Amino acid sequence: MNGKDEKFITIYIMGKKHMVPANLTIMKAMEYAGHQFRRGAGCRGGFCGACSTIYRTKGSYKLQVALACQKIVEDGMIVTQIPFSPADKKRYDIDRLKPEANTFLEYYPEISRCLACNTCTKACPQDIMVMDYVQAALRGDVKEAARLSFDCIGCGLCAVRCPAEIVPYNIGQLARRLYSKHVVGPASHVLNRVKEVNEGKFDEEINKLKNMPKEELQNLYNSRDIKV
Amino acid sequence: MRLAYYPGCTLKTNAKSFEISAIASAKVLGVELVELTRWNCCGTVHALAKDDVMHYIAPIRNLIRVEEMRDEGIVDENILVTLCEMCFNTLKRANTEVLKDGEKMRKVRENMEERDPAYRGEVEIKHFLEVVKDIGWNNISNLVIKKLKGLRIIPYYGCLLLRPRGLGIDDPDNPTILESLIKSLGGESVEIPFKSKCCGSYHTVHMEQVASELSHRILSQAAEAEADLIMLTCPLCSYNLGDRQEEIKKSFKGLRTIPVVYFTQLMALAFNLPAESTGFSENKPDPTVILKNKDLL
Repeated sequence: MNGKDEKFITIYIMGKKHMVPANLTIMKAMEYAGHQFRRGAGCRGGFCGACSTIYRTKGSYKLQVALACQKIVEDGMIVTQIPFSPADKKRYDIDRLKPEANTFLEYYPEISRCLACNTCTKACPQDIMVMDYVQAALRGDVKEAARLSFDCIGCGLCAVRCPAEIVPYNIGQLARRLYSKHVVGPASHVLNRVKEVNEGKFDEEINKLKNMPKEELQNLYNSRDIKV
Repeated sequence: MRLAYYPGCTLKTNAKSFEISAIASAKVLGVELVELTRWNCCGTVHALAKDDVMHYIAPIRNLIRVEEMRDEGIVDENILVTLCEMCFNTLKRANTEVLKDGEKMRKVRENMEERDPAYRGEVEIKHFLEVVKDIGWNNISNLVIKKLKGLRIIPYYGCLLLRPRGLGIDDPDNPTILESLIKSLGGESVEIPFKSKCCGSYHTVHMEQVASELSHRILSQAAEAEADLIMLTCPLCSYNLGDRQEEIKKSFKGLRTIPVVYFTQLMALAFNLPAESTGFSENKPDPTVILKNKDLL
């Protein structure tokens, strides 16, 4: 700290005013302000979807969304976290389901309430076209629904914002499961490798590693050939 | 000519034969139906209420896609072609309402996000039958290879293709467009009084008996008129009159089986397109027996 004011900005965490360094993420700024995360923080790398956050900025009515670990604070930001989105996740036996529109409608009939308002897409911190994959599911285009939802991290912000009370991330997950199970099917190279493992092809090598002294194992690890 | 085509959910699930026969027949007419990019639900029944502007967002969003496709040169006209009667009606009605009422247009625009362009209001909704009509009945006639000779066909309109007046594609009291098509395909059009009366529509979901009674009136008239087939334009009519016909016969003993086909399937047949383009294997009841009897298959 060199005492220059411009390096600090004002943010409001759940309504309380804080001065925080301007270059921090929302998550670090909250920790700087004295908050300790018990929920709402996971990988800190933008992958896990645990730190869903909503905010407004001064002078704007727009409700904006972010992952707290990714978004840099802005002056006048009014912020809170939504660490969990309540949703009734249905139980199903994926082996018995068919990759078609009626499967989605059977488990999540509320998707037919979709207005195509696109609020879910606007709410997605991953820039996924959420509405488009819900619509693809509605017409039984499992492949497209799986493809469009692939980057979903399940943060839940779409579900919190949907005026039709749909839980889009559950739809995307069901679509990806249906697609991998019934459309793509198991990959032959994986099946072959599992067969080799079961037949004991690697037993000797594994046993050798298991019985190796720790130091030798460390040397082996450090001198390994890394393929990028 | 490349035209944007809006399938709607049913054409991708229960009415695939409607879609494949339409796309194949259109090709014969020199029309390429290009599926709309990123299409969403047409809005279904919700968008039929005049004051329910929120539900106009879905149909209008589809129309923005048409303008985008036109701008990008993917299609040749600001026209959106539909096959399903429901989609036709909801898309056209929403379009008509926002063009007529600036306040509604403003509301729809305001409630869409900024990242989408605003709807310019340049799109015209056409049912595929109108595209066919524009090509001219004589021209259609000239493209026919296999005349539907001796085939007695009921032209069944249902409700949403003709109503409300001004929005529908023909006179709601005395429509003739399907009769003209049958004639140009070389078939014999058979008149019944209930050709534009309700099939039971969505009552089929929760009041099956109501739908059965309404559909029975149409089916019994068709049987009495000694028709071979009912030709229609709507997947829901097809479900009520065709898929549910066996069920209806349980309540109304003695009703004769009468196959139900889409108009595009008969076009594909008359244009002598292969079986994968006519899609008759999906129809209920099976129309192939009667078509074979008439030497058309």
